[in-house]
Amino acid sequence: MSGVSTHLVVAPIVLPLMAAALTLLLDERQRALRVAVSFSATVGLLLISAILLFTVSGSSSVVYQLGDWPAPFGIVLVVDRLSAMMVALSSTLAIAVLVFSLARWDRAGPRFHALFLLLLAGLNGAFLTGDLFNLFVFFEVLLAASYGLVLHGSGAPRVKAGLRYIAINLAASFLFLLAVSLIYGVAGTLNMADLAQRVPHIAQSDRAVFEIAGALLGMAFLIKAGMWPLGFWLPPTYSAASAPAAALFAVMTKVGVYATLRMSFLFFGPDAGASTDFGAPWLLLGGTLTVAMGTVGVLAARTMSRIAGFCVLISSGAVLAVIGHGGEAALSGALYYMLSSTLAVAAFFLLIELLNRARGSTAPAVGQPVFADEYRDPYDDGPPTDEVGVIVPAAIALLSGGFILCALLLAGMPPLSGFIGKFAIMAGLMKGETTSTSWALIAVLTLSSFAAIVALMRVGIEVFWAPTDRATPRVRSVEFAAVAGLLIVCMVITIDGALVLRYTDETVAWLHRPHNYVGAVLGSSAAREVPP
Amino acid sequence: MEIILAIGIGVLTASGVWLLFRPRTFQVIIGLSLISYAVNLFIFSVGGVRVGAAPVLDPAVTDTSGYADPLPQALVLTAIVIGFAMTALFLVVLLASRGLTGTDHVDGEEPKA
Repeated sequence: MSGVSTHLVVAPIVLPLMAAALTLLLDERQRALRVAVSFSATVGLLLISAILLFTVSGSSSVVYQLGDWPAPFGIVLVVDRLSAMMVALSSTLAIAVLVFSLARWDRAGPRFHALFLLLLAGLNGAFLTGDLFNLFVFFEVLLAASYGLVLHGSGAPRVKAGLRYIAINLAASFLFLLAVSLIYGVAGTLNMADLAQRVPHIAQSDRAVFEIAGALLGMAFLIKAGMWPLGFWLPPTYSAASAPAAALFAVMTKVGVYATLRMSFLFFGPDAGASTDFGAPWLLLGGTLTVAMGTVGVLAARTMSRIAGFCVLISSGAVLAVIGHGGEAALSGALYYMLSSTLAVAAFFLLIELLNRARGSTAPAVGQPVFADEYRDPYDDGPPTDEVGVIVPAAIALLSGGFILCALLLAGMPPLSGFIGKFAIMAGLMKGETTSTSWALIAVLTLSSFAAIVALMRVGIEVFWAPTDRATPRVRSVEFAAVAGLLIVCMVITIDGALVLRYTDETVAWLHRPHNYVGAVLGSSAAREVPP
Repeated sequence: MEIILAIGIGVLTASGVWLLFRPRTFQVIIGLSLISYAVNLFIFSVGGVRVGAAPVLDPAVTDTSGYADPLPQALVLTAIVIGFAMTALFLVVLLASRGLTGTDHVDGEEPKA
């Protein structure tokens, strides 16, 4: 990358940020224009993320110095295989969510598009930044937008869930700040590459403080990732949120997973000297227990959206456990599984909204408005005349088809990508010497698949086969297109599984050599020679 | 002076955490504010507690030992702004919750006696 194209690295942050500002200037009467801005920004984001993905699979990493300040002093953005993959995942999800929301949801409350675009800017910033304090700032950007989105549509259940969500995330942010300042106090830098370089040289007397900071940082990330016992806020919040918001939140837990992954390899990775693998046993234990809790929760859940919420927990718990367990092959499988499960859960959240409509329940729709002039119920006054897209014929057949695919993906049954992901994790865990912990993880993962099948089958029978005299649901083409699009992406990564797995293999190989990251950011002269 | 600062941060955090676990939303928000003060003081203190030391370097002076570390001061400014904004946002949600549920309990309903 050279010249203008270098600046593409900052585009995933700047583009949605500017588009968000633009949508704020347009009022309700200019809705078409607002949608056009938001839509073109999201499409642009998808294209940029594809270019970034293509670039890093050739040259492994691109470093962008904001304001051209050299690395340890200025803030850098780093695109490597992991961050490019995460940006691509969030943009793919974003476009599906946006298309889905065009049918009704973007009119259910004020400033949906601005919040949506700000969330994307925050997500991409968190994935790209190479500075710890900047990561905090982007976390706050995405959280602020998510606070708005979780309340989108209003209503007492959403406000109640939102209240807890905001409280716990504010507390997590303070933990993050404490950790950042402790790390600065000990190491004297917040640049992640510079830190990775200094960690092995931290004095023995300071190491305990540094590890406390690492633990606090981990807590802040794991609250977002929903690890047991920090994840009890997640299912109620996600099941109360409106469908597009919940689908987008599926990738927000993955920000926590991403940050944990990044920190555990940079600060506590193979080059970290005395701190190598600090916290790994806790990640393994917590991740395994998260999957176990998700399994129990899926079985106990009585509504589809709660099932989906617990599926989010299973998905991030599995990846966290594998990060804690270590092993390149298993981690590569876990990254693949993360892609597949995030897309599947998002598709399921969108589908739930359509299925609930089929059941004649408007329970998760818009509640009593808080600020009466700004909210209106999209289900009010019959079918709104300005809905986007034609009504899909044979909706129930298509919906049940989508439900089967979602169930296969979430449970990890062949032939779809959920199976490949789980299989790759288990194959990786069995490579080399297998310990009792890896068997425990394999057992819990298998049980979680089984529980997901049971729960989804039960709810499927209730939705599709129970006798009903209700009319067929009115499903708009754009809504169906969004769900179908996500499922098609899942099928593509199934068919091109070898290609995706090769990419994740390379990602893991790159992560296991943090000195390459350090060298890329600080220039090769500053990189330490690390014995193999 | 360090001991006074440390005790201050400790007392603020302890009161904040206690209030955070209280059942009324107003107590929660005051608790979060107290924790945010504690965190801000903490960030400020990691640069070392100095009195009368300027954070901005004079190019003519080559000895930096007479200066305070400017970075924690910059960090704490950002942290104050973000923490304040988030608390304000939380306050709005708190009011919405009060309006919708008619109670200021965090569960949205009064506990059954």
